[in-house]
Amino acid sequence: MANRGGSSSALDTLDTFPKLLLHHAKVRGDRPAIREKDLGIWQTWTWRHFADEVRALACGLAEQGVKRGDHLALVCDNRPRLYAMMCATQCLGAVPVALYQDSAAAEMAFPIQNAEITHALAEDQEQVDKLLEILPQCQTLKHIYYDDPRGMRHYKQPELMSYERLLALGHESFKRDPAFVEAEIAKGSQDDAAAMFFTSGTTGVAKGVVLTHLALIDRSRAAAEFEGLTDRDVVLAYLPPAWIGQNIFSYAQPFVTGYCICCPESAETVMVDMREIGPSYYFAPPRVLENLLTQVSIRMEDAGAVKRWLYRVFMNLAQRVGGALLDGRSVGPLDRLLYAVGDFIVYGPLRNVLGMSRVRVAYTAGEAIGPDLFKFYRAIGINLKQLYGSTETSVFVCIQPNGQVKADTVGPAVPGVELKFTPQRELLIRSPGLFKEYYKNPQATLEAKDAEGWFRTGDAGYVDPDGHLKIIDRVKDVGALSDGTLFAPKYLENKLKFFPYIQEAVVFGDKRAQVCAFINIDMEAVGNWAERQNMPYSGYTDLATRDEVCALVRECVEKVNADLAQEPELANSQIHRFLILHKALDADDEELTRTRKVRRGFIGEKYATLVEALYSGKDSVHIEAKVRYEDGRTGSISADLKVRSAKTFTPAAAKKAA
Amino acid sequence: MSVALHQHPRAYPIGELLLAVEDVSLSFGGVKALTDISFDVREHEVRAIIGPNGAGKSSMLNVLNGVYHPQKGTIRLRGKSFHDMVSHEAAAMGIARTFQNIALFKGMTVLDNILTGRNLKMRSNFLQQALWWGPARREELVHRHAVEEVIDFLEIQHIRKTPVGRLPYGLQKRVELARALAAEPTILLLDEPMAGMNMEEKQDMCRFILDVNDHYGTTIVLIEHDMGVVMDISDRVVVLDYGRKIGDGTPDQVRGNQAVIDAYLGVTH
Repeated sequence: MANRGGSSSALDTLDTFPKLLLHHAKVRGDRPAIREKDLGIWQTWTWRHFADEVRALACGLAEQGVKRGDHLALVCDNRPRLYAMMCATQCLGAVPVALYQDSAAAEMAFPIQNAEITHALAEDQEQVDKLLEILPQCQTLKHIYYDDPRGMRHYKQPELMSYERLLALGHESFKRDPAFVEAEIAKGSQDDAAAMFFTSGTTGVAKGVVLTHLALIDRSRAAAEFEGLTDRDVVLAYLPPAWIGQNIFSYAQPFVTGYCICCPESAETVMVDMREIGPSYYFAPPRVLENLLTQVSIRMEDAGAVKRWLYRVFMNLAQRVGGALLDGRSVGPLDRLLYAVGDFIVYGPLRNVLGMSRVRVAYTAGEAIGPDLFKFYRAIGINLKQLYGSTETSVFVCIQPNGQVKADTVGPAVPGVELKFTPQRELLIRSPGLFKEYYKNPQATLEAKDAEGWFRTGDAGYVDPDGHLKIIDRVKDVGALSDGTLFAPKYLENKLKFFPYIQEAVVFGDKRAQVCAFINIDMEAVGNWAERQNMPYSGYTDLATRDEVCALVRECVEKVNADLAQEPELANSQIHRFLILHKALDADDEELTRTRKVRRGFIGEKYATLVEALYSGKDSVHIEAKVRYEDGRTGSISADLKVRSAKTFTPAAAKKAA
Repeated sequence: MSVALHQHPRAYPIGELLLAVEDVSLSFGGVKALTDISFDVREHEVRAIIGPNGAGKSSMLNVLNGVYHPQKGTIRLRGKSFHDMVSHEAAAMGIARTFQNIALFKGMTVLDNILTGRNLKMRSNFLQQALWWGPARREELVHRHAVEEVIDFLEIQHIRKTPVGRLPYGLQKRVELARALAAEPTILLLDEPMAGMNMEEKQDMCRFILDVNDHYGTTIVLIEHDMGVVMDISDRVVVLDYGRKIGDGTPDQVRGNQAVIDAYLGVTH
């Protein structure tokens, strides 16, 4: 024990997660670290309890042969035990790899083989079954621990052991040699791998992204300081632990600031649990926010006439002044008073229903969020902000600062991050939070990160005059108009799709003089609109060829053009002509991918005559097309499609991009 | 339907004779609902009563839990015979049941409905409960815990606070099972637990019935229409037709029984 003094000073440097845990157990041992709703009651683990559990688990894992550099899979929902296992793994210098619980067994095989995973924590019988199924292909996997013993009584496989048994082993071992864990923790350094995340692999095979303690802690700390997070904050841990964001919000940041995370009872109870907990710090991908808004809208439609009227009046007010109030901009005294009334009778109760009464900081990220959706939450007084980041950057690259939130940018770089663009407008990032490597894939690592440490994001964008980053598209999709100005099809398509009447859009313009678009109308929204206009119609094709519908869509396109005119970089991308397609784009016709992304190139070739008509100046075009029905039969549709021009606007006085 | 049944040694192996029905006859006026029925139920067993419409299945169940009193015959529970048992006595003896047409309090929450299943175990008096003081309060915490165990077991946490009337049929059936389980019965009578359910709901219900049997060791007597389900999850089956017993034995024996085949498929006379 000669180095005891040395090890304790090593424990004070707080450069790894286990060291942070011991620190919190010391300075705020009685504060809550994790809560979980179990048997209907919120049960609390204090930081001290958390540390005790982790120490014992780490001893247990060491008994079971976990060594420095080993990988341990976690196939478990958000539960205190998951996070304890994660930290116990890190105590021994091994690397936790969380996997998506909803993956099929076969999908789990690759990460387990790739990372040569030796031990795994499975939540319950279902996950154990999956791991046992792929056991023959995964020679390295020797030990599976399970959390929930239900249904496990009959399993006799030698690989299996319950979490309780592991913990008991650990407690015995801890009693024999209490100094062991702390010595192991002291050996850890900031440059060790802290965690590995498998990227979804939309392009080719999945890659294991290795992140160090330094990267995760540095970024978590930078963002926490940026937002002023403290140990009084509360977070609901409800997204899959295999996703980097969940790890940041529910593991890395609580370890940095000492705040408490709450695990919901089950996936179905998230809404209720959220109301009970009242988180102060919240993350949701756009689709979750959209679902919440839909639920609110549906319930409002069922409400009585008075309530509906109140809701409409006050939501109009909120749309007008809510965002400005949140940003601290000046608002007239009457509007302020009215907003206060609205806050009392509409916004406050609404925030309460959403479980967002106490939210100080809310983030959304992952995909483009519709401006209306974004503004709704800000209008009712929820400080929703966008951020930009990825697994490789430990999430935090850009965050919108309080009071400077713009719907179409992701904010300026978080302190410590450097941004730079290639001539092709690809965004390059250098930050302490960058990943160490793709596991066992030096080729891919080299392609993604150059010698000076710049990471290629694959995203194209620019920094606007206020210093906010604006992401427009994937680099490989970005093209140029014939005059050489930027053409970002997905950005334009998203802008169009944010209108409820437009379901899909496909824009053309690469190497052409102008931008033109195919539009798919949203059958439900346009159908409802037509009914309100007392306009009879027989089906999609009929609606799509109506003059009234063309006019409706033209309004949307012109609004997009007016928007684009405000952006010097994109003003030339205004949409000059468009047509409404005679049928909805469909994955069965190979026009969309199975994840519903438009296949621009394929559509351009398939409907070459229509593209031709857009650029030739014709007023209408006849189309006869084969369609494939879901049962495999084919039929044909013929229609005369109208081609319409849309008003374009002169660009706003070109400001110089910063 | 593939429900893996008892492939492993059971935690509660089938034990002693628990319930014996001897020569029971029941008639309503001139209608003979049951005629000289005898069968037995062993401890920790899953016992099914099947038969075509009007065979007397529900009457049999109602006799077992004291709703109907047979004109003839005896019923022995652990060797003790009784004649005119009333249903609350049956409940006190550890017999709980569910109903064919759900009998829950529609306006009450799932949690409250299941709490009613603990009724017989409550000891504090009306006044104490009204004041929610002393023993009443301690007692309620204990009961709430027991109810939460059942909620967890049947995986209905997400509807804990939902009024039962707002739930879909399949979930209401599960809530009814939960209420019966909350009484910690030794014998659970299930009256057509799978009636009106789709395939997936049936599979869920089968799994829960087997889990209850496996986990709590509860003896289960169930009435069911769906032959496939019954054969998969029961240890032994009684077959009734026109109030008479026409078959009794393991699912395989019953399946091969000519009288049973005739009753189900019809026979040319």
